[in-house]
Amino acid sequence: MIHAFLTAIKGLSLTLKHLFAASHTREGLDIRSEDYFSGQQGVTTIQYPHQELPIPEVARYQLDVEMDDCIVCDLCAKACPVDCISIESIKATGTIGKTSDGSTKRLYAAKFDIDMAKCMYCGLCTVVCPTECITMTNQYDRSMPDLKGMLYQFADMTDEEVAEKRKELAEFQAGKQEGKQPL
Amino acid sequence: MIFYLTYILSGALLFGFIAAFTLFAVYAERKVAGFVQDRLGPMETGKFGTLQTLADILKLIQKEFITPGLADARLFTVAPVVIFMAVFMGFAAMPWAPGLVPSNLNLGLFFVLSVISVEAIGILMAGWGSNNKFSLLGAMRAVAQIISYEIPAGMALISAIMIAQSLNLQEIAVNQGILSKESLRFLGIWEVADTGGFLSWNIFQAPHLLLAYAIYFVASLAECNRAPFDIPEAESELVGGYHTEYGGLRFAFMMLSEYALMFLTAMIGVVLFLGAWNSPLPTIGSFKLAEWTTGTIWGMCWILLKTLSIVGVQIWIRWTLPRLRADQLMSFCWKVLTPLAFLSMAISGIWRVFVMN
Repeated sequence: MIHAFLTAIKGLSLTLKHLFAASHTREGLDIRSEDYFSGQQGVTTIQYPHQELPIPEVARYQLDVEMDDCIVCDLCAKACPVDCISIESIKATGTIGKTSDGSTKRLYAAKFDIDMAKCMYCGLCTVVCPTECITMTNQYDRSMPDLKGMLYQFADMTDEEVAEKRKELAEFQAGKQEGKQPL
Repeated sequence: MIFYLTYILSGALLFGFIAAFTLFAVYAERKVAGFVQDRLGPMETGKFGTLQTLADILKLIQKEFITPGLADARLFTVAPVVIFMAVFMGFAAMPWAPGLVPSNLNLGLFFVLSVISVEAIGILMAGWGSNNKFSLLGAMRAVAQIISYEIPAGMALISAIMIAQSLNLQEIAVNQGILSKESLRFLGIWEVADTGGFLSWNIFQAPHLLLAYAIYFVASLAECNRAPFDIPEAESELVGGYHTEYGGLRFAFMMLSEYALMFLTAMIGVVLFLGAWNSPLPTIGSFKLAEWTTGTIWGMCWILLKTLSIVGVQIWIRWTLPRLRADQLMSFCWKVLTPLAFLSMAISGIWRVFVMN
C-alpha cells in the first residue's frame, strides 16, 4: 500500500518534469551532428510539413533515373530482388550518342518502368548501374491516391517514336538479311 | 413570470458554462497528454490548435444519428440524456459566490450526491441498450465501481459535514471565511473568523479532513471513470466501454457529462474542504486581504481557480498512472478507502464534540 503510494508519487513527479520540460523543443535534428544526443530534452515532435529532418542528398528513398545517361543495359532490372524494374529496349541501327561518362548508347529505351509500390529500397540497382544513372534520392514524401501512380515511367519516347524505331530496326534487319542472301 | 425566466436563464448559463468548460478541458487534456509524453498535442487547427475541440464538436454535431439494428432503441436514445441530466442537475445546488447559488437548497449536498447517482442508471441503460458485449461489460463495471466508490466518497463528505454542521452548500461555504457569523478556529485553537484566508478552510479547521479530502478525491476519480480507475471504458480491452456504439451528438453528450462530472466532483471537494469561494489570502494586520478579495466577482474567480486546479490534477493523474485491475480497484475501495473514511468520520465526531465546542 505504502509502496504503491510512493511509486505513484514517483510517477507523478516524472510526468510533471516532462510537462514543464515541454516548454522547449529539442534542438539539433541532424543525427550527423556531433552533439546530437546531448540536445534531446523537451518536445521531440517534428511538425512535418513545416519542418523536416535533414537527410543526405542520396539517402535511400525514391529512385530516380537520368535517362540521358542510361545505356539500357538491363542490369538494374536483373539485380532487383523484387523485380520492380521492367525495361524494354530497341536496338538502334547505329550509335545514338554518348552518356556523360563517355559510354556509347546503342539501345533505345522503349519502356523503363519502376514500380515504387514493389520497391524494397535495397539500393542494389544503383550499385550495379555502370553509368550511375539510376540513383536513390532524398525524396520520401510520395503518397498516391491510386496504386498506378506508384508506377514511375522514365522512358521519354512517345508511342510513335517507338513504332518508328521498331520499323527502322526491322527494315535494317531485313536489309541485312537481303544483303546476306546472295552469299 | 420573472421567477421562471430566472430559472431558465440560470439553466442556460450553466449549460453554456459546461459546454465551454468541456471544450477547454478536452483541449487541456490533449495538450497535457502531449506535453507529458514529449509531444505537442493538437497544433494544426488555429494557433497552437486552440480551435481543435471546436472543430471536433462541429463535426460531431453534423453527424447522423445511428442506432444499431439490434439495439433497444428507446434505452439507447434516452441514455445520453439521462446521463447528462443527472450531472447537469447537480450543478443546480453549487454555490458560485457569496449570495450566488442557482438554488439555495437546505439539503444541497444530499441532493447533489443523489442526483449524481442517477448517472449509474443512465450508464446501465446505455450499456444494455447498445446490445453489444463491450458496452454491457463496460456498463457493468461502471455501475459496480460507481456504487462501491460512493461509500468512501459519501463517508468522507459526511466527516466534513459533521464539522460544518450543515448540508446547505452555501452555508458550508460561508462558514469557511470571513463572512461567517460563527467562531472558526484554525486547527481548533486559533480564532480565525476575522482573519479568513486559507486558515479558515475546513481542512485547516480540522486537519484530519485532509485525509478525508484525499479519500474523497480518489473516490471522485473513480466516480468519473477517470484513469487510473477507467476500467469501464478501458480502450485496450473494451473499445469504448458503455459508449462503444455511440456517435455524433449522443457521443458528444456522453463526453460533455464526463467532463461536467469531473468539474462537479472537483467543485464539491472545493466547497466542502477547500474553502469554496473564499479567498485563500488571510488578513495580515492592517492589510485586510481577506476582505478586499471577497465579493461576487472575486468569489467566482476563486472557486473557478480552485476547481480548475483540481481538474488539472485529475488530468495530470490520468496521464501518469496506469489502469487498475478490477479486483485491485474493489479491494482498494473496500479494504483501504472505506475503513479510512470511517476512521475520519469517527475523528470528526470526536473533533466536533471535544475540540470545536
